[in-house]
Amino acid sequence: MVDAVRDLLASQFAFSVLFICVSLVVILTAVAYCILAERKVAAWVQDRYGPNRVGPWGLLQPIADGVKMFLKEDFRPAGADTVLFYVAPVLALVVSLIGFVVLPLGGDVRWPWMPAGETIAVQGASIDIGVLYLLAVGSITVYGVVLGGWSSNNKFAFYGSMRSAAQMLSYEVPMGLAILTVLLTMGELRLENLVKAQIGATWNVLLHPVAFLLLLTTSLAETNRAPFDLAEAEQELVGGYHTEYSSMKFAMFFLGEYAHIITGSGLIVALFFGGYEPVPFTRLLAGVTGFGWLHWIAVSTSPAAMLLRLAVFAVKIAFFVFVFMWIRWTLPRFRFDQLMRLAWKGLVPVGMTIVVIQGTLLYLGRPVHWITPAAEVAVLLALAAVAMLRPAAITGRQASLQRADAAELARALGRTGATFN
Amino acid sequence: MPSGWKETDVVYVDQPELTAAERLYLPQIWGGMKTTLRHMFSKALRERTVIQYPEQQRPLRVEIYRGVHRLNRDEQGRVACVACFMCETACPAHCIHIEGAPSPWPDREKYPIQFDIDELRCIYCGMCEEACPVDAIELTPEFKLVGRSREEMIFDKEKLLMVFDQTRHMKPRKNPAITGYTSAGPGGPA
Repeated sequence: MVDAVRDLLASQFAFSVLFICVSLVVILTAVAYCILAERKVAAWVQDRYGPNRVGPWGLLQPIADGVKMFLKEDFRPAGADTVLFYVAPVLALVVSLIGFVVLPLGGDVRWPWMPAGETIAVQGASIDIGVLYLLAVGSITVYGVVLGGWSSNNKFAFYGSMRSAAQMLSYEVPMGLAILTVLLTMGELRLENLVKAQIGATWNVLLHPVAFLLLLTTSLAETNRAPFDLAEAEQELVGGYHTEYSSMKFAMFFLGEYAHIITGSGLIVALFFGGYEPVPFTRLLAGVTGFGWLHWIAVSTSPAAMLLRLAVFAVKIAFFVFVFMWIRWTLPRFRFDQLMRLAWKGLVPVGMTIVVIQGTLLYLGRPVHWITPAAEVAVLLALAAVAMLRPAAITGRQASLQRADAAELARALGRTGATFN
Repeated sequence: MPSGWKETDVVYVDQPELTAAERLYLPQIWGGMKTTLRHMFSKALRERTVIQYPEQQRPLRVEIYRGVHRLNRDEQGRVACVACFMCETACPAHCIHIEGAPSPWPDREKYPIQFDIDELRCIYCGMCEEACPVDAIELTPEFKLVGRSREEMIFDKEKLLMVFDQTRHMKPRKNPAITGYTSAGPGGPA
């Protein structure tokens, strides 16, 4: 009996299945508590307390919310497409969850009963195209949004979902470009090798600061998160694509959004912040007495180290989820045309510039480490100079107001021949 | 342009242009995030702003607030109302229903045997309080009413007198009880 369990744990497939089951439970609980965290963070930013009646510090609030979601009336509006109305929230939730599978949460582990030299990767699936899989799966979330809006038989929901789809597709381009910059210098698609390369050298955020900012911004836009949440803004479209949804289906949209945030944070951590490494430069710190244990956490294959690595990864993901919420409650939201202009006229040129620069550096030979961030910061400074020296950009509304003023002035002063354009 | 206005009356105010530093956007965003972080971790600000209801309550600042009604008693503990029907007539929401009967006391002609106020129909305007010639009906500052059914919220005479018993110390009668009602006028002997 014990031998059977040991053989099971020693096989990658069985261990991965077990890990997926455990992490599914953990993520769904985390997603439910994300809702509490969001309400608490929102409250603290606004000088109030947030939920504190249901359990100490409101810790039982997600259970109350879950019960509420189950007990609400579940209806389908007349004329709504039967199949798609039920499929859309399922798509939104499931797709966000399956992206989590390629994140290298625990590194490698060697159980004591395994032969020496053999290790198991502590993640859901160790596939060759790690990052590409995550990008591909992230693109399918657009389907959930579009189908939700269209199948509601409600023109405002449809409008919201169209805006959301346009936004998500537009921001996937700079997201891909930012990730491409990192992949160019790393030369790897497997996320576990990316993390191991960062342990050996430095965290990628120090090498590619601009790419990190780009990925952070586009992740905010991909998850329909403020300041890019026009599609679900209550002042604009009631609820956007999830207006007509109630009870569990609405809960699935909601949970899908938070699961996407967790997966997006996981990607940022794995790509830029060294995954499960507790602090940067542990290899250099290992030479200093008293700090060798940090490097031990990052590379040891013992089960204890694996647990510590999982904890480190979880803490980092939690920090980035907090950053997402922090940004949401700080910034006002973008108007839709400002949003699209930022994507296509702002982030895509920046992304393309850094890809070209990194590609050129790669072509010229093995990149020296200090030149990679220097090139990117130079791009950022050039942009800053352009932004500061040009006169402030006039958006469409300001320009048309100016024209209207000029026309009115001309009319009032009796001048004819004013052009209206 | 509306008539009578001149072009020189109108002041065109433009949105102030962003300064060079503001056009960088990212430092401004970071400044905003620092502000929200400061608010997030300032327990003092939170405690100063929030009143945890119902453990803490705001002090009642207005004693003349029009809340639930009560029927006042006189010094002898009898209901002060003389069933003159003035409050029922004055009520804009028609929520008072009185039935009068000859009173068992020598110094009063009539008294109410039924005095119902539907607290849910009432608009709390205070017209009944102003109409009453003997200051029998009064509105207390009590506003935290809860009832589980519509029937429960129709206060009858006993309930209204009970409200008086519970609030006589919080809010004493406006005026002393008027005694001796006869057809010859108040104050005279029966």
